[in-house]
Amino acid sequence: MSEHKNTPGEVHNKDTQWPLWEVFVQEQQGAPHEHAGSLHAPDAEMALQNARDVYARRGRLLSIWVVPAGAITASAPADDGPFFDPGNDKVYRHPQFYKVPKGVKVF
Amino acid sequence: MEDAAKLQEFEARIEAGEKIEPKDWMPEKYRKQLIRMISQHAHSEIVGMLPEGNWITRAPSLKRKLTLLAKVQDEAGHGLYLYCAAETLGVDRQELVEQLLEGKAKYSSIFNYPTLTWADMGVIGWLVDGAAIVNQTMLAKASYGPYARAMIRICKEENFHKRQGYEIVATMANGTPEQKRMIQDAVNRWWWPSLMMFGPHDSDSPNSGDLMKWKVKTRSNDDLRQRFVNLTVPQAIAVGLTIPDPALKYNEETGNWEFGEIDWEEFWAVVSGNGPYNRERLEARRQAHAEGEWVRKAAEAYAEKQRLRENKVA
Amino acid sequence: MKFDQQTTEDLFDYLLRLGDDRLILGHRLSEWCGHGPILEEDIALANIALDCIGQAIGFLKLAGEVEGKGRSEDDLAYFREAIDFRNLILLEQPRGDFAYTIARQFLFDVYSFHLYEALQQSSFDELAALAAKSLKEARYHLRHSSQWALRLGDGTEESRQRIQNAFEDLWRFTGEMFRPDAVEQRLIAKNLIPDTAALKPKWDQMVGQVLAEATLTVPKEGFMVSGSRQGRHSEHLGYILSQMQILPRSYPTAQW
Repeated sequence: MSEHKNTPGEVHNKDTQWPLWEVFVQEQQGAPHEHAGSLHAPDAEMALQNARDVYARRGRLLSIWVVPAGAITASAPADDGPFFDPGNDKVYRHPQFYKVPKGVKVF
Repeated sequence: MEDAAKLQEFEARIEAGEKIEPKDWMPEKYRKQLIRMISQHAHSEIVGMLPEGNWITRAPSLKRKLTLLAKVQDEAGHGLYLYCAAETLGVDRQELVEQLLEGKAKYSSIFNYPTLTWADMGVIGWLVDGAAIVNQTMLAKASYGPYARAMIRICKEENFHKRQGYEIVATMANGTPEQKRMIQDAVNRWWWPSLMMFGPHDSDSPNSGDLMKWKVKTRSNDDLRQRFVNLTVPQAIAVGLTIPDPALKYNEETGNWEFGEIDWEEFWAVVSGNGPYNRERLEARRQAHAEGEWVRKAAEAYAEKQRLRENKVA
Repeated sequence: MKFDQQTTEDLFDYLLRLGDDRLILGHRLSEWCGHGPILEEDIALANIALDCIGQAIGFLKLAGEVEGKGRSEDDLAYFREAIDFRNLILLEQPRGDFAYTIARQFLFDVYSFHLYEALQQSSFDELAALAAKSLKEARYHLRHSSQWALRLGDGTEESRQRIQNAFEDLWRFTGEMFRPDAVEQRLIAKNLIPDTAALKPKWDQMVGQVLAEATLTVPKEGFMVSGSRQGRHSEHLGYILSQMQILPRSYPTAQW
């Protein structure tokens, strides 16, 4: 996601290619929305229409989200260690941590 | 000193086959080379719409019309993905578009040749898209994540482009004498420019070193060109078309189709703006951009009015 | 379904109207490919053109089957003269600027949307099915063109002027959408097609609503051009066909 100079709705006297939006699509029922790509649009309605045209040219999509690129806050690469590592050693968050009597099927 | 350490870490990541993402530290040169390369690629898709777009209204059957229109539309989509990939490096699409329109940016020279007959639609799909696919299959493994992801999507979508092109070629090559003449003429005109698409010899390619070191490219220009020739010659033979190169011959030992020398004078002339259709292509882009300005502004003005109206209500 | 000779002829003619409308509009839209005001819109216009040509193929194919003389959709598209084409004059007008294209598209989309809705009730199953399938696309086309009409109308002073002018200029071609001739009258009587005159109030209402929201004025009723459903076209159609038909006409025995 780039640092974009324009935010949706901002008015310009100079010519622009419109603000940047990030597109998330759901391909199957029950599936999560996944990032498909980006596009430029003047407002949310046009962003939705453009997303349909750009990212649903082939195959059906169930649902589309569009988000102004500037509205997304991403973690920094420097966070890599401290931010995500703690999750790895919390063994009690994983099902294998728990013992089950032999012969019992627990999902 | 810190930069040297970062560079070392960066190169170690590349070496380990990791993908570099937008917010990761990267050498300025890597960023610049990528912006140059990805935007050139995007421009090529956009300018590349013109030679084929030229034949949509004259497609000889409704099926061919749908296919061609869908293909040219895909090229717009691919340009869009690529501009977005370039934007993750901190440039604005507006800047990139302006560079193209001002003649400061390069794009693939192949699109500076005119399309003269319907046969060109077949040959462009077969040779030009064929050459592009060889190149893009490599780029789908590029070290920069957003570029590689755009290329994966593009490769998936371009599968049909080459096939539909070859279908037109095969149909015309098996058609009436007029059709055979047209298709052979198209091969004669597009063959050498297609080979030029892979760029200068490795020894004359100023940017290749860095791009290969940092695994943006993983194969050399000459290597890819040879791969393309090896793939294509048997396809020409299969439909009875002649490749316009008297030096072309098969080397049993290497398994390569050896070919003659490219006319590098023509190559550099077209690259530097003196191809048969450079002016027309840029002029068409400039005109579309200029005529679109009031539309882009109108949509922004409306969005601003809507925002103000919503604020008032809230 | 079996029809008597008069009905067969009428239905064939009517299916040509449906097919030719979309073929010619698709042709004009496809002229934008590579020349749109912004990349995203280039893609949108190509999508609509693809839908139009796809729908045209469906109607022309069915027309050929109803006629029963072995003519394919390609035969009908490529080997008829301008006087045999049945599309609205509105649709053969040059693409003009983006405002002109949007205004034309919007006027047609409102018509086409309501027509498809009503055609789903046709007693001719194949036609009802084609209408139902096309309606989904038409709904999206209408959303696209009406949203653009709003943006151009309520955008800048320049855009408002341009699209107002386009509506004024194109208005005279809208009358013939709603004047069923003898061919249509006979089909209406047999429940094969809806009465387009009855669609007019819905069309007026929707067009009026969008134009009002777009701060535009509905053009004054005045002289209305007509005749295209009988093959009386403007001069533009001949040029469209001379481009579209050049290859099959030049090499009638060739396969492409």
